[in-house]
Amino acid sequence: MLTQFANAFLGRLSWHALPQDAITRGGASAIVLGGLGIVALITLTHRWKWLWKEWLTSQDPKRIGVMYIVVSVVMLLRGLGDVALMRAQQATSVGNSHGILDASHFQQIFSAHGTIMIFFVAMGFLFGLINLVLPLQLGARDVAFPFLNSTSFWLFFAGMGLINLSLVIGDFSAAGWLAYPPLSELKFSPTTGVDYWIWSLEISGVGSLLSGINFLVTILKMRAPGMTLRKMPMFAWSVMGSMTLVAFAFPILTVTLTLLALDRTIGTHFFTAGGGGNAMMYVNLIWAWGHPEVYILILPAFGIFSEVVPTFSRKPLFGYTSMVWAIWAIVLLSFTVWLHHFFTMGAGADVNAFFGIMTAVIAVPTGVKIFNWLFTMYRGRIKFATPMLWFMGFTVMFTIGGVAGVLLSVPAIDYQVHNSLFLVAHFHMMIISGVLFGYFAGLTYWFPKIFGFRLHEGLGKIAFWCWAIGFMLAFTPLYILGLMGATRRLDHYDASLGWQQLFIVAGIGVIFVLLGVAAQVLQLVISIWQRDQRRDLTGDPWGGRTLEWSVPSPAPSYNFTTLPVVTARDQFWADKHAGKTVEPRYEDILVPKNTGAGLWIGAFAFLVGFGMIWHMYWLALLGLVGIMVTIIVRASDDEPEYILKAKEVEKMDNALRRRKQYV
Amino acid sequence: MSEVTSLDMPRLEAEATEKTVLGFWAYLMTDCVLFASLFAVYAVLHGNTFGGPNGHELFKLPYVLVETMALLTSSFTCGLAMIAAQKRDKSQVLFWLGVTFLLGLTFLGLELSEFHHMVLDGNSWRRSGFLSSYFTLVGTHGLHITFGLIWMAVTSVFISKRGLTEGTLKRLTLLSLFWHFLDIVWIFIFTIVYLFGSLSI
Amino acid sequence: MKKGAKIWLGLILGLAFIVALTGWYLHRHTVAVLQPVGQIGRKERNLIAFCAALSILVMVPVFTMLGVFAWKYRESNVRAKYSPELEGSNLAETIWWLIPTALISIVAVITWRSSYAMDPFKHIDTSKPTLHVQVVALDWKWLFIYPDQHIASVNEVAVPVGMPVDFELTSDTVMTSFWAPQLGGQMYAMPGMNTHLNLEASKTGSYRGVAANISGKGFAGMDFMVKAVNGSDFTKWLQTAKRSASKLTANSYAVLARPTENVRPSYYGTVDSGLYDTIVMNYMMPMGTQTNTEGSV
Repeated sequence: MLTQFANAFLGRLSWHALPQDAITRGGASAIVLGGLGIVALITLTHRWKWLWKEWLTSQDPKRIGVMYIVVSVVMLLRGLGDVALMRAQQATSVGNSHGILDASHFQQIFSAHGTIMIFFVAMGFLFGLINLVLPLQLGARDVAFPFLNSTSFWLFFAGMGLINLSLVIGDFSAAGWLAYPPLSELKFSPTTGVDYWIWSLEISGVGSLLSGINFLVTILKMRAPGMTLRKMPMFAWSVMGSMTLVAFAFPILTVTLTLLALDRTIGTHFFTAGGGGNAMMYVNLIWAWGHPEVYILILPAFGIFSEVVPTFSRKPLFGYTSMVWAIWAIVLLSFTVWLHHFFTMGAGADVNAFFGIMTAVIAVPTGVKIFNWLFTMYRGRIKFATPMLWFMGFTVMFTIGGVAGVLLSVPAIDYQVHNSLFLVAHFHMMIISGVLFGYFAGLTYWFPKIFGFRLHEGLGKIAFWCWAIGFMLAFTPLYILGLMGATRRLDHYDASLGWQQLFIVAGIGVIFVLLGVAAQVLQLVISIWQRDQRRDLTGDPWGGRTLEWSVPSPAPSYNFTTLPVVTARDQFWADKHAGKTVEPRYEDILVPKNTGAGLWIGAFAFLVGFGMIWHMYWLALLGLVGIMVTIIVRASDDEPEYILKAKEVEKMDNALRRRKQYV
Repeated sequence: MSEVTSLDMPRLEAEATEKTVLGFWAYLMTDCVLFASLFAVYAVLHGNTFGGPNGHELFKLPYVLVETMALLTSSFTCGLAMIAAQKRDKSQVLFWLGVTFLLGLTFLGLELSEFHHMVLDGNSWRRSGFLSSYFTLVGTHGLHITFGLIWMAVTSVFISKRGLTEGTLKRLTLLSLFWHFLDIVWIFIFTIVYLFGSLSI
Repeated sequence: MKKGAKIWLGLILGLAFIVALTGWYLHRHTVAVLQPVGQIGRKERNLIAFCAALSILVMVPVFTMLGVFAWKYRESNVRAKYSPELEGSNLAETIWWLIPTALISIVAVITWRSSYAMDPFKHIDTSKPTLHVQVVALDWKWLFIYPDQHIASVNEVAVPVGMPVDFELTSDTVMTSFWAPQLGGQMYAMPGMNTHLNLEASKTGSYRGVAANISGKGFAGMDFMVKAVNGSDFTKWLQTAKRSASKLTANSYAVLARPTENVRPSYYGTVDSGLYDTIVMNYMMPMGTQTNTEGSV
């Protein structure tokens, strides 16, 4: 009787869920000690109240954006740790040696690596940057739905919490970052691993979807007076395209994850081998989401380059209209290419040919963008600040990766390189040089606006070169290995193949990348240390063109004292050069009050995930009820905003003027 | 807000309502994609009966007709509630919301009863890919209806306590959008799942 | 020498060194995809070469423009023309919408034609007899059934040189992929499904094959060997297999299907007829000799 109750109460949770061997104990210790370290630091510096009031319950998108980025940076470090382990394994697991990891651990590590990098690094950076920059660029004070914004962050955080918890309690999926069935079904993956994968993505995916809706409405409804769509900055256009993709693609992910979860919990037969299931359908569904996802990530990176290149070339963007058309061509086309991820699944010549052609077609608007950036540089006055370096590295590597992509788009060629390291090299080149370099450029570019001081340039440049060299060293060998017949995800291979030298070169490349990351961390630490000498006193450290540079650095909580009126593209640039000065005017501002409701929703969502994973269904139900109650309580709040009086705003603004943080 | 302010509160509230309604439409479109995915899954799996029964053998059209009538009528009464709201007639709003709620509850009850019988007969979601997709598609719609009913109850409480303010009117608008949307999805389900299924298409 | 020229020289020398090193390395190793021994593999390699060459046509202008513009228009070069009002050019735009479109159209035509010409389901040469081999992916090895010769082998498949082979593929475990890179491209093997891969070996030798889609713990050890042999050696190989005492029946198959890793080649002297079809059909019907019953909670 007691055991029955314990079973129902604890589901499949038991002492065995705790780490059983050295490697998992190492990973768990890192997470636990890291977490405890952060808690200790906050406690010792008596910052709990400050943290709660200034950050965790904040509805200010600039605060929420910083939190997204902090989480993403931490997850980037974890993802890179996974990389170090993977490269070490593949450089040493040859012939009689089985390297440092057994197959099961290796497979969990690369599955975690991909999942973390896409969902918790790239998406986190993306939403972080949009939060920081979009309202400022549009001449707005906030996003359309501040509370939804906060909730989205906490759902993201809950998903991140689950995937990190898998290192401490239970295991992680060993089925790759997309968990194809039947391998991911209960029969072949009976442990909690795939369930952790499902629920951390399901929860953070809802957050992403809500953000998509939020940012779309922000762009449609909250642009400054006079800012027609055709006067909107390119970053904002790219966000619009990206969020449209989010709105269409993420519901597909939600459905697919749910169906797999149903197969694994209540015995449905969606993707099972037998029982009337269809595993190929999963592959189609997951890539119908998966392909738009990569465009969701890359379009804003393109938008960042469209801001950075004009600023550092001292010239307006070449071919603005064409660039906008290219964004929407990419948005539309990204829904017509998904099958190129599985040409080898046997769909037949007509289907393969169609998707192959559409895949090649999508290269055209992408290429157009590169030429437009190059011609922005043409006849400009180029300053090679760190953001510009990231752009140039991108141009070289993205082109190489893109060429590999054109090869892959021909089904007959793909039959040879599908799932090989050639493929791995291709998509890493696209994502790292496109998404990551783009986001790094954006972070460096907008850092002074958010924090009020500039990052150390020299270390930024060192970081770039380490990344660029490391990246080429890490992935060029992989193209060759793929052509030599090396499949991806191998935990061991024959000595006679002669692959080891190339894996060692790739490992050296990773070391360079890690040096680059160390340079970035050092850059941050030193810049904070020297922040008084590095203050941005004008609000416009780079000679920018768009509205965000018209406010002081760091941007005040209300962004603008009065909302700007826009009559031209690059309004700020036009005003600067017309020598226009605007008399400061002050008005009452409606500001959302801080609330912990978003945090509570995230916490309850975490309980739902944990409960479902460990079959503690009472806990999942509790979490669900908790979410509903929180929503109802929040909805019953009659006064979610307060009025910041004009006099207050004037006082804050004058303080900034006295400290000469204004142009 | 009762304090003195230079802010044009009515205009700001109207703008906020506009934003919220647009945002909710955007959410409904994503829900559309969600249901579209489930329909796609159903289209792929509806023939995978794995030796078990198909729609023709399982669905009882007269029963489904009663369900459908209940739901369609509830959409009509929801519309009547909205008309009453425009006339600012609080008691009428509450009355018609109550009728809508009862009709929705009837629909849900009938559907759950149908599911219950199928499960007792051994035709649960475990039986085949077809039944998995049937229960999930129809069940997801039912889950949306359930949340709609909870929302309806909470909204009724708000309206009875606070009256028909800009805020509660906004919520009522969103709720009625949601309810009509679910009705439209049901028409697709009725046609594609039950009608086509019964005709062995 | 000017600083700029020094940088360029350094870059070019560095690149040349890396290319030379890479070339020397490639010379000493087999690059399976680029050194095919089969008709299909050869066609695929030619496609790769052509598309790569086409892509150079894009890479060269992009890299050149990047290098030249970055150098010429760097801010310290005050002699370069500065056009801060230049926002676009219809002519330029037209060129770089049209030229990539033209190049992509060529790729599109290639894609269309090669997708049909090299459809893996298509028999290679209908004028010659085709060898049928049925392939079952297991955990973690490959079972090859020769339905016309009534023998079977594990992790080793012999084919006569110059004879087209029609591999018929399925899986009795999870989704995986059958790939012998020196012969040609791969094809997924999936439970309850039947796929085909038509290949041909044109030179004698032993060629490595792998599982190219993760299928669980032992997936890295799922290598197999393709032995391309001349006609008489093929007959000898068949006889060796026939002499094996093992029989592939439903029962011995159930034993074989149990998870094992790094399996050495073995042979079966007889095969129950229709075994392959039974394996596929197991997933289509509720009852029967299912070796895999889907676990449900």
